[in-house]
Amino acid sequence: MCGLSKEKTTRVTVDADKLRSEIRDKSVKVLDIRKEDDYKQGHIPGAINLPLASLLADDSPDKVLQFAQSFGIGDETPVVVYDDTFGALASRVAWTLEYIGHEDVSLLDITYGTWKKLGLETSSDTPSTVKTNHSLKLQPQILATSDSLVPAKEKGAILVDNRERLNYLEQHIPGAINIPYRMLASGQNILRPKEDLRRLIQNRNITPESEIITYCGSVGTLSGLGYYALKSLGMDNVKLYVRSFKEWKSLEKPIEKQKDANYWDLSAE
Amino acid sequence: MSNTSIQSKPDNVPKHKINWGRLEEAERFSEMVKLFRQGKINRDDFRRFRLQHGAYGSRMTDDYSMIRLKLPAGEVYSEQLEKIADLSEQFSIGSAHVSTRQNFQLHWVALEDVSEVLRGLAESGMTTREACGNSVRSIMCSPLAGVCPDEVFDPTPYAVGATKFLLRNPLCQALPRKFKINFTCCEKHGMARMVDIGLIPQQGEVNGKPQRGFKVFLGGGLGAQSFVGHQLEPFTSEDEVLYTIVSVIRIFDRLGNRENMARARMRYLVNEMGWEKFQNLVLKERAMIKMLLSVIIKLEVDKTVETMRKISISSEIPSVPQGYARWVKSNTFKQKQPGFSCVFLTLESGDVTSNQLRAIADIAREFTADGQIRNGFTQDMVFRWVRDEDLPRVYSKLLEVGLANPGALTMASVVGCSGTTSCNLALTNSHRLAKEVQRKFIELKIDEDDDLRNSTIKISGCPNSCGQHEIATIGFYGGGGRLGKDMYPLYTMSLGGRADETTTLGHTCTKVPAKRVIPTILKIVEIFKSDKKSGETLDLWVKRVIEGNGGPKIKSLDDIKELLKPVVIAPTKDQDEDFYADYGSDGSYHTKTGRGECAA
Repeated sequence: MCGLSKEKTTRVTVDADKLRSEIRDKSVKVLDIRKEDDYKQGHIPGAINLPLASLLADDSPDKVLQFAQSFGIGDETPVVVYDDTFGALASRVAWTLEYIGHEDVSLLDITYGTWKKLGLETSSDTPSTVKTNHSLKLQPQILATSDSLVPAKEKGAILVDNRERLNYLEQHIPGAINIPYRMLASGQNILRPKEDLRRLIQNRNITPESEIITYCGSVGTLSGLGYYALKSLGMDNVKLYVRSFKEWKSLEKPIEKQKDANYWDLSAE
Repeated sequence: MSNTSIQSKPDNVPKHKINWGRLEEAERFSEMVKLFRQGKINRDDFRRFRLQHGAYGSRMTDDYSMIRLKLPAGEVYSEQLEKIADLSEQFSIGSAHVSTRQNFQLHWVALEDVSEVLRGLAESGMTTREACGNSVRSIMCSPLAGVCPDEVFDPTPYAVGATKFLLRNPLCQALPRKFKINFTCCEKHGMARMVDIGLIPQQGEVNGKPQRGFKVFLGGGLGAQSFVGHQLEPFTSEDEVLYTIVSVIRIFDRLGNRENMARARMRYLVNEMGWEKFQNLVLKERAMIKMLLSVIIKLEVDKTVETMRKISISSEIPSVPQGYARWVKSNTFKQKQPGFSCVFLTLESGDVTSNQLRAIADIAREFTADGQIRNGFTQDMVFRWVRDEDLPRVYSKLLEVGLANPGALTMASVVGCSGTTSCNLALTNSHRLAKEVQRKFIELKIDEDDDLRNSTIKISGCPNSCGQHEIATIGFYGGGGRLGKDMYPLYTMSLGGRADETTTLGHTCTKVPAKRVIPTILKIVEIFKSDKKSGETLDLWVKRVIEGNGGPKIKSLDDIKELLKPVVIAPTKDQDEDFYADYGSDGSYHTKTGRGECAA
């Protein structure tokens, strides 16, 4: 099975104008990841609500497939996901769809807050959905697990921690490098322009063909954004360690820290 | 009180006028990091390059940098603060730090990202060039320059002009050691005698005509060994200022000690040579330069009078928030221009979050007639040109973002160097200690006590004076103490330092364990209160005791030391385990240092 040609045409982000025209064409399914209350107060017209908490309550492939089918998402349906949390929650949902084999999923390149600030149309109607069929084609090549990390690293994979700097210094998976999620955004966009991102990656001497595993604090949201930032550069060999540092710690695996410095005391928070 | 409703919105917010940054330096930095990582440049060469571009190594690691901005005269504009806020969030720790030399520092930036920070700064007209390393560091200027009732004229344009001449000048790229220049407004508000070259504005006469000029002080400086500067001549006219600066730098470049890093600062040269000899050398050098130089060099001084913006004055009288009177007394300063005040922000050890920086930028836009912010000399930030009627509104805005703490201009505002939070040389967490002392003293309303108003507390994490402890009324520097086999963080306390026209270095009094610093200061206040003459302030009382005029109870520092003995005694580890841990650490205290980078 080779989905390479398809992969190349899949877009990581979609801008507001493009999405609005696709909504008018009814050629896209839009997922709103915010809480139900927020959704009810207003959302992008036609968007379906899938609160992240509902997904995380059970994100087994079967359950995710059920969600997709109930929303009327078929194998070929383009899906665009948005949130109000700098794209991190949307990324986690997009990745989950990708994992069950849905290829055409993208992120809206701004948050809902920005959408509103720009004065774009919103709606409080809940769209009706018609159940459809979706096949299940798991994509293990985009998933990293606690068992696979060390062997992958030994073979040269780069482990990327997307948490904030102080959290990373305090403790991280041995050998991980730190690309805080805040580095990935610029201005009102959830991801920086490609040439900026590429410079950040090149400065770290990471080559496009490198195998990369991203992780963050608990459920793979910040690192989901990290995953899509790298994908946006055309890097194909990227995996998400979706259970992230929370699981790593609970398994009592080795942890590394920046020792002998009281860096927390520099924070004015 | 204005009842007229002038509703002119600040549409003409000033932007930075001088672009100090160079994008190509950011690009070069990125290339150099790659070469260094590939092993094509050796560590020492790379370190020199890195420091020349404002990036220090961090505590116990070169993989992270402390990036120091160079803000000439401490001037910064709202758009620049917003850029610093963004860069801190993206590449640093989400807080920035204001140093005692008016700069911002961004800590724990990955070496690979330094070039991105330099790029961002350059986009907003800022630089880090020659903020570290053996160069002329950022030229300081009193945050009250231009508004101080005691100043003869505003020295700011001279500080900016000197920077224009010296920044990236080949003359200053490989000095024996760092070199510091301070301009102040008057005798009281600056540190003219504590730096390599200090300048205080002065009106004089040249050929019978009145002319601007300066008192120039040379060879001062704080460090493991500190010296007070000497005045070069009674009056140095403004035409001679640049010749004088260049002469001094040339002599230092030629004769400074390049063999022994620990004695390389110019103050050692002056001390070893003797002041008179050094003074003659400078005067000769200056005469020679004037004769030999084919071009006349003169400071490019921008003397255009700034037109102040009209700022919004609402006719409605704002409700005065709680705590306002206390804040206004300890955080504002009446300008020489009637109707305007300066507002000082009380930060904790100079730390400020990105969100606070954005709020400060907004407040400057809305309430300051000059539309800028100046960083101060004591890890603080200052709004100038705020209308007196607007002060309650400024206070309310500051309250919303946690920046309305009182005490900025009092002893409650404590200076603490970065200590073990990021510095390789630090022995103690002076940074956190300063925060703890400040919190406690604000809680105790120390700022409301007029007897303590002029006094200062400054804390360094090692003997190297970055916290400027020697010029504090009560100063501390960190080290390690031991009881049996157990080590604990221990400060050496000095009393009586000051940085005004009677500049004096503090006298060592006694050693104080970290966890006893707060009770020790309180005890000193208690002793002072019981011994002082009527109307006498703490700093003057200490001065009197040191000068041998104390009494009746306290005749010398030894008497104070004796009274402090019960406070500073070390308990055993069984009695008090917390005593043996430094602030910010759970574990037992141990001293650990790496190579100092100031000295690279």
